[in-house]
Amino acid sequence: MNQAAPAPRENQGDPVVRIDARLKVTGQAGYPADIVTANVAYGALATSSIARGKVSELHTKDARAVPGVLDIVTYGDMDKADTPKFGNTGASSIGPLHDKTVFHDGQIIALVVAETFEAAEEAAMLIRADYENERPSASFDSKGVKMEPAAGKSPMFKEDAKAGDFDAAWADATVKIDEKYSTPTQHHNPIELFSTTAIWQGDQLTIHEPSQNVTGWKVELARQLKLDPANVRIVSPYIGGAFGSKGPMTARTAIVAVAARRIGRPVRCVVNRMQAFGTQIYRAETRHRIRMGAGKDGRITAFGHEGWEVTSRPDPYVVGGTSATARMYNYGSVLTHVSLVHADRNTPGYMRSPPETPYVYALENAMDEMAVALGMDPVEFRRINEPEKEPIGGKPFSSRSLIKCYDQASDAFGWSKRDPRVGSMREGDWLVGMGCATAIYPTAAAPCAARVRFTADGEVRVQCGSHEIGTGVRTVAGQMAAERLGVGMDKVSVEMGDSALPPAPVSGGSISTASVCSAVMKACDAIREKLFAAAAGRGAPLAGSGNAKLDLKDEKVVTETGKSAKLADVFKAMQVGALEEYAEFAPKGSSPEALSKLYAGQPEFHGGEGDKDSVKYAFGAEFVEVRINSYTREIRVPRIVGAFAAGRIMNTRTARSQLMGGMIWGIGQALHEATEIDQRHARYVNRDLQDYLVPVNADIKEVDVILVPETDHQVNPAGVKGLGELGNVGTAAAVASAVYHATGKRIRDLPIRIDDLIG
Amino acid sequence: MRPFVYERPTSVSAAIAMASGPDAVRVPPTGADTQFIAGGTNLADYMKLGVTRPERLLDLNTLAEPALRQIRIDDDTIRFGALVRMGEAADNNDVRRRCPLLADSLKFAASGQLRNMASLGGNVLQRTRCEYFREISWPCNKREPGSGCAAMEGSNRQHAVLGTSDACIATYHGDFAQALVALDATVDIEGSRGRRKLAFAKLHRRPGETPDIETDLAADELITAIEVPLAPWSSRSRYLKIRDRESYAFALASAAVALDMDGETVRSARIALGGVATVPWRAREAEDALQGKVLDEATAQEAAEAAFADARPREHNAFKIPLGKRTLVRALLETRNMKG
Repeated sequence: MNQAAPAPRENQGDPVVRIDARLKVTGQAGYPADIVTANVAYGALATSSIARGKVSELHTKDARAVPGVLDIVTYGDMDKADTPKFGNTGASSIGPLHDKTVFHDGQIIALVVAETFEAAEEAAMLIRADYENERPSASFDSKGVKMEPAAGKSPMFKEDAKAGDFDAAWADATVKIDEKYSTPTQHHNPIELFSTTAIWQGDQLTIHEPSQNVTGWKVELARQLKLDPANVRIVSPYIGGAFGSKGPMTARTAIVAVAARRIGRPVRCVVNRMQAFGTQIYRAETRHRIRMGAGKDGRITAFGHEGWEVTSRPDPYVVGGTSATARMYNYGSVLTHVSLVHADRNTPGYMRSPPETPYVYALENAMDEMAVALGMDPVEFRRINEPEKEPIGGKPFSSRSLIKCYDQASDAFGWSKRDPRVGSMREGDWLVGMGCATAIYPTAAAPCAARVRFTADGEVRVQCGSHEIGTGVRTVAGQMAAERLGVGMDKVSVEMGDSALPPAPVSGGSISTASVCSAVMKACDAIREKLFAAAAGRGAPLAGSGNAKLDLKDEKVVTETGKSAKLADVFKAMQVGALEEYAEFAPKGSSPEALSKLYAGQPEFHGGEGDKDSVKYAFGAEFVEVRINSYTREIRVPRIVGAFAAGRIMNTRTARSQLMGGMIWGIGQALHEATEIDQRHARYVNRDLQDYLVPVNADIKEVDVILVPETDHQVNPAGVKGLGELGNVGTAAAVASAVYHATGKRIRDLPIRIDDLIG
Repeated sequence: MRPFVYERPTSVSAAIAMASGPDAVRVPPTGADTQFIAGGTNLADYMKLGVTRPERLLDLNTLAEPALRQIRIDDDTIRFGALVRMGEAADNNDVRRRCPLLADSLKFAASGQLRNMASLGGNVLQRTRCEYFREISWPCNKREPGSGCAAMEGSNRQHAVLGTSDACIATYHGDFAQALVALDATVDIEGSRGRRKLAFAKLHRRPGETPDIETDLAADELITAIEVPLAPWSSRSRYLKIRDRESYAFALASAAVALDMDGETVRSARIALGGVATVPWRAREAEDALQGKVLDEATAQEAAEAAFADARPREHNAFKIPLGKRTLVRALLETRNMKG
């Protein structure tokens, strides 16, 4: 394992320690359910035990008799609130207490509010429902599912990518593979449970809830409850694991708010882990068919990627990862098609690299299969198919360092020592396998606002309604301000996670560092200009150095020639105590209304494949070694190496941590994670961390992260490519390739388990 | 969780007296109104989930008898007091030296935190983790006799292939119990009708028609000690546990093996299988197959075939049969290679 704080290489920032590190490791960081509130009552959910039908009668008498029960919110109790909307801010259009229709297993049928958590839980367990039960459809192969094309169903997935004449190229290809792949349902299972605390003061509502989108939620909750958004505040200063699960607001938030209004007291509802499986979003189950044709020289001439994805009955959630797979290599021709399969399931949603993880898994597994079919080294095969321009729109890449990543990672891994023959490497009773895969993630940014205050004594306060979801965005925003204003990190404080702060976009799509840092930079630059003008003005400390370039360093305004003026003196000359700038950043290509949409909680995303001038992606290459016991076939991963290039790296410590976490998750996706579904009843079966497996410390040995230097001025003013979601893309395919190398078995359906290898 | 009465008896006899009553003989301990709690790692969880609903808990951690907390090792036995924590027994160097199988079966179970809480007496009585048993909205013959078995045609990857019945296929998930059943351990039991010593192999009951009755214990009976005889095979013994991840997971298949060898030849073998059966599973057919044979890959394979001859797979757990066999083969060969 390499060091936690890698030495910065070119265009990489210092490994500054997280500004909230000590608070977090000492338990002092207040998560939303920790906030102390007077007179709080406790909520517990009752959820459906069927997946399709209607609640004909709800029996609440026993529950109401439990001592301490204050209220039960159920059908007809929603105070004429509007139903939720499905979209970026809303997890689903299902309003569970608006209508007695049951759309999925674990749907909310009531919220019990009581004096204690224990009484609420006890009463919730005593609620019984009679159902008009209909036979549910669980998944792809169930009777009664409805299939439709995905293109156009989501604003983020407008059309199926295609290029050239796939059919002709496929017919002509000398070497072909035509294979199917699948990825299972996965649930986020953040260690911080989902919770809502609702507090009313008159007609003002404050919600404490872990959220990746406080501004969006404010607007959406106000709409549902018919309130002025100015009277709604969402507070979420720390988040204990999000990864998309806390991106869209669920129906619970409004239900808890209604309960608090009914009883005239604050209500806190912490959802238990089992119930989270049905009341939150999750990663959709996907299936893929890949057809790849190539010439004997290894050049790909035809690439076909069809995808199928499970979603709920009412909501068209689209995973749609063909946008990235279709632009990955220099294919001669491309044909893609994505279909949605509506089943009796809750609505899926974002989970770390939502489109790329499942779709790139299929592509990269297929790339390895093709390399084998061609008798070619898989790294060499990718090198041969490295594109000049992306094949769909013919646009250049703003920067693309994939081959550098392969070179640096393969060197560190020792790929040249790999014997390519299947089953040829062995140590004692353990078969050894090695595999590799590409990681890709679109680089986007969104409008963002920030306020920066700078005082005469050098104190900097940064305010931005973004979210510290564990990525380190508070730290890097602080670093940006410290760097631009020439002060140490000890002088910087950063406030985030509150809809009362200047609005920021949803913390999703790996846009936060780029968007937040660009806004902070703009505010700081406005302060710099004011200070420089004052410092160089007539009678000012640096009067006469008007043409010299000024900078801020060590709490001084400095000139190129070495003259300097103390910050305090410049402020004195200005006769002000503090300078405060409010800046709005909008990425290139933003529409004229982009900034007002930010305040309305509907930020535009720009970048990725959507820009006119170029496509923007971050890339990486991952190499994995597996060991498989020759008797019992358990799979272990002694080491994994990943090299990643993502433009300007703000902080090598937090960047490495993000990428390492992603790779570890990728190992879990390859070998452990899957939500089991009872196919007869469309119900989740393994709804806890005992049976929903993720890697434990003992599973993770050497993890090596290499930060490959890259400079990209096109992506955004900060030059940053988001990398929070890059690390777990491709990992599972690298593991699958290594398993093939060790055993000769190509496992195309995740997760790869002993079951697949023992037969 | 429902409210319950919590009491702290200070002696074994007091605990038994508090637990006895007409119900103590009518219903199994897991369904009784009064239940014992020690580490609580399993019971507290199942109370929260509503799987078990005692009106009253008797906390055994206040029992005064020192022997309950002691490990006593002499020339021919290891005796564990029932309140010895799993972690304590796993880390005991003498236990490891005299019988590695015992130490490993404990060390490979649960997590450090759980092992520090869980008592040995409670550990052997842990209940199945069958997902359908744990979630009260499903039918389950073990939880609600006669309601049916949702696992039989449901999601049953982790379920048993040995010792099943038409009423129940839930796996016994423990590890320590596999070591105990292999090593001919006994348990000391005290109840309102007196003391008795029971072969560990008779403690657990196969599900049959009554999967709700899991053990031979009455509701007012307490395990006070577990005794393991030391024999020529004790030091050459091993626990191999195969699972989906490296740690903190139940066995998909496990093998407890102890061998008494005469050179290459098996004088006597003790074998138990975990993760594949409804109860701690002594594989006597496999032991018999090895008796007097040279232990090699071929004879180990024959023993494994014998062990699983009666296995009955369901839709998702058929892999446990080849996995169980290979686990046993590997465990036998690894144990053979240990120093006697």
